[in-house]
Amino acid sequence: MGQTTVNPDRFHKSQIPFYCLLVPLAAFMALPIIFIVFHAFKPMDEIFAYPPQFYPRKPTLENFRALFTAAKAATVPVSRYVFNSVLATALVVLGTIIISSLAGFALSKMDFRLKGAIFAINNAALMFVPAAVTIPRYMTITFLGIDDTFLAHVLPLLAMPVALFLLKQFIDQIPDALIDAATVDGAGALSVFFKVILPMIRPAVATGAILAFQLSWNNIETSSVFTTQEEVRTLAFYMSTLSASGAVAGQGMAAAATLVMFVPNLVLFVILQSNVMNTMAHSGLK
Amino acid sequence: MIQKKYVPYGFLAPYLLLFSAFIIVPVAMAIALGFTNFNAISFPKFIGLLNYVNLFTQDLIFLQHVLPNSILFALIVGPGGYALAFLLAWSLAQIQKGPRAVLSMLIYSPSMTAGVAVSVVWRLIFLGSPQGYINAILKQLGLVNEPINFFFNAQFIMPIIILVAIWSSMGVGFLAMLAGVLNIDKTLYEAAAIDGMKSRLQEIFYITIPSMKPQMLFGAVMSIVGAFQAGAIGVMLTGSNPTPAYAGQLMVNHIEDYGFIRYEMGYASAASVVLLAIIWGFSQASRKVLKDD
Repeated sequence: MGQTTVNPDRFHKSQIPFYCLLVPLAAFMALPIIFIVFHAFKPMDEIFAYPPQFYPRKPTLENFRALFTAAKAATVPVSRYVFNSVLATALVVLGTIIISSLAGFALSKMDFRLKGAIFAINNAALMFVPAAVTIPRYMTITFLGIDDTFLAHVLPLLAMPVALFLLKQFIDQIPDALIDAATVDGAGALSVFFKVILPMIRPAVATGAILAFQLSWNNIETSSVFTTQEEVRTLAFYMSTLSASGAVAGQGMAAAATLVMFVPNLVLFVILQSNVMNTMAHSGLK
Repeated sequence: MIQKKYVPYGFLAPYLLLFSAFIIVPVAMAIALGFTNFNAISFPKFIGLLNYVNLFTQDLIFLQHVLPNSILFALIVGPGGYALAFLLAWSLAQIQKGPRAVLSMLIYSPSMTAGVAVSVVWRLIFLGSPQGYINAILKQLGLVNEPINFFFNAQFIMPIIILVAIWSSMGVGFLAMLAGVLNIDKTLYEAAAIDGMKSRLQEIFYITIPSMKPQMLFGAVMSIVGAFQAGAIGVMLTGSNPTPAYAGQLMVNHIEDYGFIRYEMGYASAASVVLLAIIWGFSQASRKVLKDD
């Protein structure tokens, strides 16, 4: 067959029009990020150069050094922000996948009265925009007494409707027979979850982990709204103060910080890409 | 199926507890506070629908800037970003696996740079000095003498915000649609070819889209939410709330302005209820469009 088909095995010249569309658009998407990568390695005189240089002539780690030493003059060293970010993100990722896979298992494979209602409410919550209700969220957090504490970075992010939705949809395709077999052998619900379900939903768990990672790692709302002390703030917040100052001098540092923020996201996605695609195949909303 | 009465609730408990505390309760509180006058210090005073009446009749900033800006922004970024996401996903499905993995990662990469990182990147590109990339290019082409201060020029703020929002909108919805196109049974296309279907366009409308409606809907909801959430970038790009001449002011910024700068929490809550209602309305509309067959 000479025509293009979906998911072809090899190259055929009829695919050229698609490349003509995809390559320029992919370049448009990626270019700003490539800019920032190059910018992060430019020495001061090249940052100020006119006309601006696309790539660094004399690449240097100066900006990264500045980023990690400059803040020593401030109240808190950058390493503290990094530590807070890493710990908060690790807890959010772990917490999110545990509670949403438990809940997804219940919604998918158990029968109970409120099942339909809970799933419907969660689907509606897919449309939830946290920024719209920052004020009542702030009140809830103050009421619980976790404002200005490390927990403010973790607890509010754990219930993630998208993560529950994707996990539930993924668990749906596990045959009931597998669960019945385990139950007949005398396994309780918890051991079914750990021995049958968990090993089979790794792609969805990986996807939930990526989404939770992005949410927490890039989150500045918690640091800027729910805390007042520098000791409990995160790298994303520190970065926002660098870029908010708007000074050209901070540009190199801001670029370096952006790169530091971006790379973990990228690495995680590259490693888990096939898992994500596998999960998304079951993401249909009816 | 596991059918013990209390077991399911045990599994659901941690999620439901946190879900209630940080999603249900805040939304309920926003609805309740929307009916009050509340300055964050004294007890909220019930004032009925006054906040809503004021929002739609008195608030000139809302009526002249925020509402038109939001409608323009939502109409372009919502359907526009969604259509682009589908077009890209469909095109990616027509090429081999290797290049597809690389190109789809590049297209998805802006979604990994949320919030601040986005503003750092784009500020650099639109910098209002000769060192900015766009200004340097314009000057070299001889189109301008003095660098344009993009972020202080009301005329440019909105187009930039829209560009940046579309740039960062190829997220989860895009990935879902890509997976959807790839998962369509190949025999459907073969059968259609035998039945005499010739054009690719016919294929899209009679096979591809109908076969992946659930993913299309999920993608639509994600792109609507993403579009309204992206509203915050105007403030990050220009570095001030309100944005210069309110040119980039969107709903999210207006809520923040009243809530955290003016401390009119009741009024801000009413505005957030309106925002959530708009998002819900858009999602219902896309559900209708995609279900209609």
